[in-house]
Amino acid sequence: MSSEIEIEDLNAWFGEKHVLKDVSMEMEKNRITAIIGPSGCGKTTLIRCINRMHETVPEARVEGRILLNELDVYQEDPVSIRSRIGMVFQRPNPFPTMSVSENAVAGLKLRGTRDRSVLAEKAKEVLMAVGLWDEVRNELNKPGTSLSGGQQQRLCIARALAVEPEVILMDEPCSALDPVSTMRIEDLIYRLRENYTIIIVTHNMQQAARISDRTAFLYMGELIEYGPTKRLFEKPENELTERYISGRFG
Amino acid sequence: MEKFRLVTAAFAISLAALALALFTQLLTSSLPAVERFGLTFLFDTIWDPVMEVFGALPFVYGTLVTSLIALLIAVPLSIGAAVFLTQYVPTRTSYLLSFLIEIIAAIPSVVIGLWGIFVLIPFMRDPLGTFLVECLGFIPLFQGPVFGPSIMTGAIILAIMIIPIITSITKDAINTTPELQREGLVALGSTRWEVITKIILPYARPGIIGGVMLGLGRAVGETMAITMVIGNTPSIPASLLAPGDTLASVIANQFSEATSAIHTSALIELGLILFVITVVINICARLILRREVARE
Amino acid sequence: MNLRTRKMKGNAMIILVALAFVIIMIPLMSMLYMIAIRGIGAISLEFLTSLPTPPGEPGGGVGNAIQGSLMLVATASAISIPISIMAAVYISEYRGKLSSAIELITDVLSGTPSIVAGVFIYVLIIPRTGFSALAGSLALSVLMIPTVTIASYESLKAVPNHIREAAIALGVPKWKTSLFVVLRSAMIGIGTGVILGIARISGETAPLLFTALGNMYWNEGLLQPTSALPLLIYNYATSPYRSWQAQAWGAAFILLVIVLLLNIGVRIVARKR
Repeated sequence: MSSEIEIEDLNAWFGEKHVLKDVSMEMEKNRITAIIGPSGCGKTTLIRCINRMHETVPEARVEGRILLNELDVYQEDPVSIRSRIGMVFQRPNPFPTMSVSENAVAGLKLRGTRDRSVLAEKAKEVLMAVGLWDEVRNELNKPGTSLSGGQQQRLCIARALAVEPEVILMDEPCSALDPVSTMRIEDLIYRLRENYTIIIVTHNMQQAARISDRTAFLYMGELIEYGPTKRLFEKPENELTERYISGRFG
Repeated sequence: MEKFRLVTAAFAISLAALALALFTQLLTSSLPAVERFGLTFLFDTIWDPVMEVFGALPFVYGTLVTSLIALLIAVPLSIGAAVFLTQYVPTRTSYLLSFLIEIIAAIPSVVIGLWGIFVLIPFMRDPLGTFLVECLGFIPLFQGPVFGPSIMTGAIILAIMIIPIITSITKDAINTTPELQREGLVALGSTRWEVITKIILPYARPGIIGGVMLGLGRAVGETMAITMVIGNTPSIPASLLAPGDTLASVIANQFSEATSAIHTSALIELGLILFVITVVINICARLILRREVARE
Repeated sequence: MNLRTRKMKGNAMIILVALAFVIIMIPLMSMLYMIAIRGIGAISLEFLTSLPTPPGEPGGGVGNAIQGSLMLVATASAISIPISIMAAVYISEYRGKLSSAIELITDVLSGTPSIVAGVFIYVLIIPRTGFSALAGSLALSVLMIPTVTIASYESLKAVPNHIREAAIALGVPKWKTSLFVVLRSAMIGIGTGVILGIARISGETAPLLFTALGNMYWNEGLLQPTSALPLLIYNYATSPYRSWQAQAWGAAFILLVIVLLLNIGVRIVARKR
């Protein structure tokens, strides 16, 4: 199942610093939404507000509404929201104390699934889904951190898939990877849109252009422009957007 | 969800409660002595359980003098060793040699005291004590008969015991000196020793001072080893080569033998004084070392 | 100053700092040598397994002191380790004013002189309960808790934040994240701290002097006074009897071997990581 996200008048702060200003937008079901913008523009904060990770940082504050299929995320238990909205981070971060297969199903296990056969089956399923199964089937008991960077990131995606989320947030998932690994992950993301709503933050405009259906351009905490990717890159309506995508930015 | 926070908070608060209980228990139990002797307790030089006259000065004096002499011995040796281990020795060798110094810190106090009784005291009696009298006899501190168990012996034992901590913190402080600054001076044609004295040691100074303070805190509170070699005589001798006593030692020695309630109470008051002194020293040391960390 | 004298001065200083190191090694080597020479000579099966004999009578051993030390250290560990780890989790995982205050208090507590820990437990319980192994263990815990807490929260703080985030983003509750992800990642560091804490309290004497007190016989339970290796070393070393003094070296050898094995073992494990 996949769900849509609706953001209404979202504001976010770190202490005194106002990092997101009145952002309103919708992310469609079974689509990939890319969020671009210069570093420090608030794009990471935006997706961290969606699964309520922003508030786990001391002094962080949020106002506004975020709806997951018309359910207000901020009225719900954050823990249950996070199991419906998965996240993949900038740097691959498999749990160093767990093996490859333990990592793949870490979410299930930590949330109480004990049945070994269920876990093993789920591990296989998600590792296959991310195209890792054939590469690691003989290394399932090695530490998750022993894999290559690209493999680790796919493991982290598998780990997010295993808890069966409806939405997957990705925070620059390829920025620490080489071009070949990046390509594999982009392919994977593109395939995942069949079953999930995907929101990806990227500083790489080519990547946004290649894989996303819609793109949002954020600048200094404000949503400057949001529209179909092709249109946004070919005919930006806002001057700031145009300057940014043509690389004429400070 | 918040239950876990409360549970861990309860454990954390139990540590604060422990600190509070430590202080209040010592305070209330020393009240009889405080009420009876008041401030004269701190300045009276006589400690006589039979006559029930109790003055803390001999022990405060013994504690401070042994600790200060210990620092005089330990600080130069520790800084020297730290410079040697960080600047002149390859890393692998340095790791091994540092481990040897850390072994000293791991040896139980009572074992060092055992060595003190059977090795250091005889050594003090014969060559070292007489040597000190011959060389430094013109100073009153080194006049008079030579005893084996003495303030000096206690100070040497303390010096041995605090060298590891001062060395290790000095090494850490030296290792934080920015490489760039060193290279700058080397490029100007300085010798290695000049780099050490002009760049590295000044830079490391706050860290070293913090380490010295921690060493002092350790020396002041040290009990067994010094009890076994200091001679346990509650007096303020003119000579460092005569026996003395410290706060910790007199408690160790007399607490289980104390028969009168006032004697016990006086001993507990000594414990309170000792606790307060070490707390003050340790807080100073932490503040200095924390500022160090913040500076980096 | 010309370059030559400057260089000569530098060389003289190398000798001086090397000399400082050598001087530090002299007492250490003397200790290790004496304990080895005198200690090994005193050790036999009887020494390890039998009760002390009255002074002047030949034979006897430190069996009950070994038993007592094991009992004291085990009890103190059972008290200290859970308290320390839970307190450390709070200090590291719930940052705030309270946790910083407790961190500072723990720092200060770690400097408590060992004799003060003994006095504290004495005034707290001995007049009501009498001397006992339990009181000795509590006094040791006063010293062990701050040490293990500091080692634990330092290891917990060293766990990178992205590990916590990974777990929380999976919808794992914070308490499970702290307990099963963060704590598990810090286990090596915490284990090291625990073992060093055990090594430290194994050699402590002062807290036991008027809590555990000592005992010439086998220990029959936590509520009886008990002997311990450090107590025995102290009593024997300061006694006038030659046979007891000789046995003090034997006991010191055993204690030192235990403490050094713990210290070296921890280093080897920690280095492999």
